[in-house]
Amino acid sequence: MCLGVPGKVIAIDGLKATVDFFGVQRELRLDIVDQPVQVGDYVLNHVGYAIRRIPPEEVGETLALFDQILREAAGAEDLMAADVRGELAAGKPGPGSAGG
Amino acid sequence: MPAADSSQELKFRDPERARALTEALRRNVEAIGREVSVMHVCGSHEQAIARFGLRAVLPQGLRLIMGPGCPVCVTDGAEVDEAVALARQGVRVCTYGDMLRLPGTSQSLADAHAEGARVDVVYSVDQAVELARAHPGEEVAFLASGFETTAVATAAAALEGPPQGFSILSVHKYVPAAMELVAALPQTRIEGYLAAGHAATITGWAVFEPFARRTGAPVVVAGFEPLDILAALVAVTELIRDRRPEVRNVYPRCVTREGNLPAQRALWQVFRQRTGRWRGIADVPDGNLELTPAFARLDARRRFRIDVAAVRDQGAEAEALGCICGSIMLGLASPSDCALFGRACRPESPVGACMVSSEGQCRIWHTYGGLPDLREVG
Repeated sequence: MCLGVPGKVIAIDGLKATVDFFGVQRELRLDIVDQPVQVGDYVLNHVGYAIRRIPPEEVGETLALFDQILREAAGAEDLMAADVRGELAAGKPGPGSAGG
Repeated sequence: MPAADSSQELKFRDPERARALTEALRRNVEAIGREVSVMHVCGSHEQAIARFGLRAVLPQGLRLIMGPGCPVCVTDGAEVDEAVALARQGVRVCTYGDMLRLPGTSQSLADAHAEGARVDVVYSVDQAVELARAHPGEEVAFLASGFETTAVATAAAALEGPPQGFSILSVHKYVPAAMELVAALPQTRIEGYLAAGHAATITGWAVFEPFARRTGAPVVVAGFEPLDILAALVAVTELIRDRRPEVRNVYPRCVTREGNLPAQRALWQVFRQRTGRWRGIADVPDGNLELTPAFARLDARRRFRIDVAAVRDQGAEAEALGCICGSIMLGLASPSDCALFGRACRPESPVGACMVSSEGQCRIWHTYGGLPDLREVG
């Protein structure tokens, strides 16, 4: 529950942002993010809220773990992958999302 | 390529770096010259440690122990009773999935649901607010669990001005209080701590400095990559070796010295610390987060007369017979020390709280195995 998931901001509307997570788009809240966020930034998300703007130079390292968890766990019962999917389910499906 | 090699390949994205880190770790522990125990306090850390088999590559003299890092597990039976009572009184109770099967003194929310009470699983507090908005005239209570990482989302929702029928039943817990608790126990001889990366994203790492100075145990903030955790262990053993009770941050991409200030403002506007009972452990000074008087109108405990007497089993023990969750959460025992683990107590029929939540150590060890066979790195 404390894992959090990084995603890329693709649109902002006030305190709401559309964020892309590994190809899935979700709408998230920006109420409590630590720094101002712009389109193109990466943010760490937890239960539907962005809690950290990730410095651009460190995004690659942050994404790799989640990439690996989701890739390895495809289909299998995996607690970390389930937590990641739970984090994605916390956001509303984004406007550009095909229901993912 | 042999199967063992390819699985190690998956475990460490950078086997070269993993080898260098384990070598540094071995040298540090050797220099310390005795068995040394390091505790982490985060279910997501335990998931990563067990999933990637990290304990298999640690030097023999280093014990890496999980402490009270599962907020669902430490939610007391009496708190579950409040939610069950509310649901049975006709209030629609929404909560995170892990809370559903957590036992109260007589019933879980899943039991209440099976008997006709309205209980909904949500993935975010916003989904509970949406439910309240979609059903005006209905009372919707959000059973809010989790450490400060999650409490800040509840705080943000409270500040946004939720609809009339929405209320919060807070069982949020505060991580630094858990560390204080463990450090104060005479039985534990923890010489260093790994602080939970994303809880520290909120609080910042400076919050641990007084703790480190007072207890003499260094604190290192760690991320969730296997390499992040190894790097944190290298840092903490170095500080132990040099007798430097300091705080070091090896997760700078998500944690800063001062933390997330807007989130902290929201948190302390909406919540305040209160002493409360943690399941199987004790009363934890300042361990719970309750709504401040300014948010009394959102507080389910003030809005409703919660009839817990109807659902409370006064004779119920905090733990089922034979369950050692309390000792496990304090780092005094491992799941493998429990006679029920994997036998009477399994994920599909949990006896203790640590088998219920995906952040509970028993559930994690049952899924991934706890102490894997020793293998070479890389």
